Amino acid sequence: MNAPASTVMPASQETPTVVEAADLSLTFQTNDGPVHALSDVNLTIGKGEFVSFIGPSGCGKTTFLRVIADLEQPTAGNISVNGMTPSAARESRAYGYVFQAAALYPWRTINRNVALPLEIMGLSKAEQRSRVAATLELVNLTGFEKKFPWQLSGGMQQRASIARALAFDADLLLMDEPFGALDEIVRDHLNEQLLELWARTEKTICFVTHSIPEAVYLSTKIVVMSPRPGRVTDVIESTLPKERPLDIRETPEFLKIAHRVREGLRAGQSYDD
Amino acid sequence: MSRYLPVLTILAGIVAVWYLGAYFMNAPFQRNMNERTGTETTFAEFVGQTMSQPKPTLPAPHQVAVNFFENTFLRKVTSGRSLVYHSWVTLSSTLLGFLFGTVLGILIAVGIVHVLALERSLMPWIIASQTIPILALAPMIVVVLAAVGLTGLIPKALISTYLSFFPVAVGMVKGLRSPETAYLDLMHTYNASRADVFWKLRLPASVPFLFASMKVAVAASLVGAIVGELPTGAVAGIGAKLLGGAYYSQTIDIFAALVAGSIVAVLLVTTVGFVGRMTERAMGVRPA
Repeated sequence: MNAPASTVMPASQETPTVVEAADLSLTFQTNDGPVHALSDVNLTIGKGEFVSFIGPSGCGKTTFLRVIADLEQPTAGNISVNGMTPSAARESRAYGYVFQAAALYPWRTINRNVALPLEIMGLSKAEQRSRVAATLELVNLTGFEKKFPWQLSGGMQQRASIARALAFDADLLLMDEPFGALDEIVRDHLNEQLLELWARTEKTICFVTHSIPEAVYLSTKIVVMSPRPGRVTDVIESTLPKERPLDIRETPEFLKIAHRVREGLRAGQSYDD
Repeated sequence: MSRYLPVLTILAGIVAVWYLGAYFMNAPFQRNMNERTGTETTFAEFVGQTMSQPKPTLPAPHQVAVNFFENTFLRKVTSGRSLVYHSWVTLSSTLLGFLFGTVLGILIAVGIVHVLALERSLMPWIIASQTIPILALAPMIVVVLAAVGLTGLIPKALISTYLSFFPVAVGMVKGLRSPETAYLDLMHTYNASRADVFWKLRLPASVPFLFASMKVAVAASLVGAIVGELPTGAVAGIGAKLLGGAYYSQTIDIFAALVAGSIVAVLLVTTVGFVGRMTERAMGVRPA
């Protein structure tokens, strides 16, 4: 639980690098031959950024996230997380991961689901209690501590799963289509809350999505990817201000970025068939 | 009422067929007997006779019911004729064997899930073990254990263990492997130890599988205990009662003992089911 020394960078204009990928490739060997999930990906993610990965299914966006999380092993190239290998970063509990399904343990109450990583990390009961209360407050779930997951709506379950990822206060939050299964209204609401949370906690967030408005609304950087082989076709630095009310989505600036994302996706698609 | 009606209809059908069977199976002996003694009877009297033989080929339901009632409620439970006494003897070795079997089954499953070599080496033997008829194996277990000085409850319980560990082992292997990839990945992101993955994920996830297989195992344990009483020359227990009944052609006693055995089985299975439901409720399972 020691903060990795590499993130300490005194008074400099340069933001410290959290994730750095160089010529990263990953090929799955399947019965139908090799699948090039990632091909020569080069990307740098700085501290405090909100980075969205967008692309059609099979473009490797989830795979890239899983490589950062040390859930998949790259077959070529280099990647560092907090200046370490992904496995060293994982062992130092450098990140929290939010899955597409909330993946709450059904036999644990919300309280105890959020406490799960804290139990494993061996925190004291008192420390667990205070952290759980603080993180549940952060995702507006105070009052639902004693409920079991099935007693909560889909949106609330996903908020609980975000709380679980935040509970041990890792600086990096990896989110794999966390709102993909939710309806538009709930999703809007959660997007707003997520930005608020990001502003409050100053975490670095990597966010996989297949929704263009979601990507543009949330991100400081949008990584557009395309499939077969999975690769980065465009990296867009957002010009939107940090303060983003929901109706920013109707401004010309927003639409301009969304247009560029769509162009990037279309360019990637032309390789198809 | 509509829940019980179908069951009661079937029961009435079975009883009717049973009475018919009792008449036809006991009639030849009764006819023979009446001819020899020169007894003249009406048809109604003859039917009555077939239903009240002391050692009928197939006892009538009411004969079994009366015998069961007398030997259950009208005898001291310490009496050698009490079905409660015999049931308790069988039940005690069933429960001990079931306990051994469940623990053994869980241990085997934990080993198989965690050690690849064990899955390869153990699983074929476990399956092979269940293809040997227990009737062939039971006397050997009893004789071998008697040779090392183990007699009484333990050999019988071990025969129950032999039958009951299998469903638990197979069910628990499935249960311990039941967590979805996302649940396991989550543990991986926390850099959780194998012990943590086991205690906090695999074991709780396997609970529904455990109770489902325990229901099968407890019924198998009872069969094992009864079969175990046959070659042990046991003087007490449902199996001993069955064997004694067969020696002395006391068919009514055999049937009454079978009824006692069935009631014990129902009690065991429903108890396991009840404990399972309570456990799942405590674990927050959504009520159906």
